[in-house]
Amino acid sequence: MKSKSRKAHIVGVGESIYTKWGGIQDKTQFQLTAETIATALTDAGIAVAEADGLTSFSNDANDAPLMAVTLGLKQLRYSAMVWGGGGGGSAGSVAQACAAVESGQAEVVVAYRGLCQGQGRRFGRFGAGRIHGNFVHPYGLFAPAQMLALLVQRYFHETGGDPDSLVEIALNGRANANRNPRAVMRDRELTREQYFASRWIAEPLRLFDCCLETDGAAAVVVTTAERAADLDADSVEVAAAVHGSGPGWGSGPLGSHNMPDEDYATSNSKLLAQDLFNRADMTPSDINVAQFYDHFSGLVLMALEDYGFCGRGEAPDFVKSGAIRADGSLPINTSGGQLSEAYVHGMNLVIEGVRQLRGVSTTQIADAQTCLVTGGLGVSPTSALILTR
Amino acid sequence: MAYFPPSMPAPEPEPVDQEFWAHCAQGHLRFQTCSDCDTPRHPPTPMCPSCHSTKTKWVDPGKTAEVFSYTVIHHASHEAVPSNLPYVVAVVTFPALPGVRLITNITDLPPGDVRIGHSVTLWFDDIGGGMQVPRFRPVGAA
Ligand SMILES: [Zn+2]
Repeated sequence: MKSKSRKAHIVGVGESIYTKWGGIQDKTQFQLTAETIATALTDAGIAVAEADGLTSFSNDANDAPLMAVTLGLKQLRYSAMVWGGGGGGSAGSVAQACAAVESGQAEVVVAYRGLCQGQGRRFGRFGAGRIHGNFVHPYGLFAPAQMLALLVQRYFHETGGDPDSLVEIALNGRANANRNPRAVMRDRELTREQYFASRWIAEPLRLFDCCLETDGAAAVVVTTAERAADLDADSVEVAAAVHGSGPGWGSGPLGSHNMPDEDYATSNSKLLAQDLFNRADMTPSDINVAQFYDHFSGLVLMALEDYGFCGRGEAPDFVKSGAIRADGSLPINTSGGQLSEAYVHGMNLVIEGVRQLRGVSTTQIADAQTCLVTGGLGVSPTSALILTR
Repeated sequence: MAYFPPSMPAPEPEPVDQEFWAHCAQGHLRFQTCSDCDTPRHPPTPMCPSCHSTKTKWVDPGKTAEVFSYTVIHHASHEAVPSNLPYVVAVVTFPALPGVRLITNITDLPPGDVRIGHSVTLWFDDIGGGMQVPRFRPVGAA
């Protein structure tokens, strides 16, 4: 048994403003990220120089050793990054922070992500140097939307599910974003008619099935239960945090497409979800609210099944029933998610999870005691965590 | 005329996949297969995931494949492709060589007509520079 006194808690969160991609030009991505880390530590009531660990994911360009000197950290005891591109490692970077504090390798670890797509590469376009690029680029398969559309198409083929159910994911995100002043799409309403009139990106994904491209930074501060008890901050326990993959994924949808047959049209989360719930000593019915990594609507359908909230092929009817809405049985993506709040490779979803348990979400779920947050779906590694209080 | 314009990214063979592309340049589709246990694998890797042998042979999957999944792409994510929109990218499997999937294009049909399960036939697209890329068209199409 882990010593309860070292059990990981999130004690602070920080977010920059979120803008459409290219919207932040008055400061560098690195400066924005440094400011956001400082904001998160201040939220926790911890002096910035006291942080002793830094984690991130997806080849984050905001180099941790340089961040440590920029922030004036007295000592760096832990720095790590989760392998893999995109947002697969978002919850995983928090999992690393938890592992660091629970094992005693560090005391205060910040998991962060800074992403100004107007200053660097746009993840939604061709990127040279991609692993297995030789097997996708010569065919015109360049962008994650196109790559993951292949899984979504196969999912509807295998399950007979209704592709029109994807609209529910988009409308839910937008309705929640319209209540959220931080959301890039706060003032833009979305109707069913507008969704179905929108252009195809890569069938069966339309424009509104695809995440935003935004600029922003987000960070969370992880420390032990013992330290959290000494702070004024409203802390949230990380009941469990995991990252990993089923067998055979490798570059998966982003390259090889040679996952096992039974796992092809999934979010690569079935084994991960079992580990997660076991470690948290919970079942899906214990989850009050969830933040699913909504890079593309169709992967959220698969994840609802892979995490056990409904059976195989049942997610389209589940979302059409209204279950994922704020007044449903499993409200999801209550900040608007990456479809409508901002795309910070999932770190903004972790922060929304903390807000729900602090009781300060703009789409607050009454008496929320548990929140599931996933990392990027349908990639390897993917990740997830459960917050509780 | 190649299927995509000349500015399309071409394969840039690396040590691990150069033999795959050398076969393609000759107009042959061949998949890396373990010499010891006959397990095929793709994309190429330096070791058999079943028996960990590093000995390989290159196996002909035949010219007929089946559409396992597909997407009709309407949005250009690279400057080379606007004149091809909409185009079909598919994942195909080979009845004669279970265990590998290939990403490719389905050509010579209206994009809206492609379906999972369709049988398609291999053709090689000469993209210049001594390289050919495997693409597929419906069985019976010109
Ligand atoms: Zn073998």
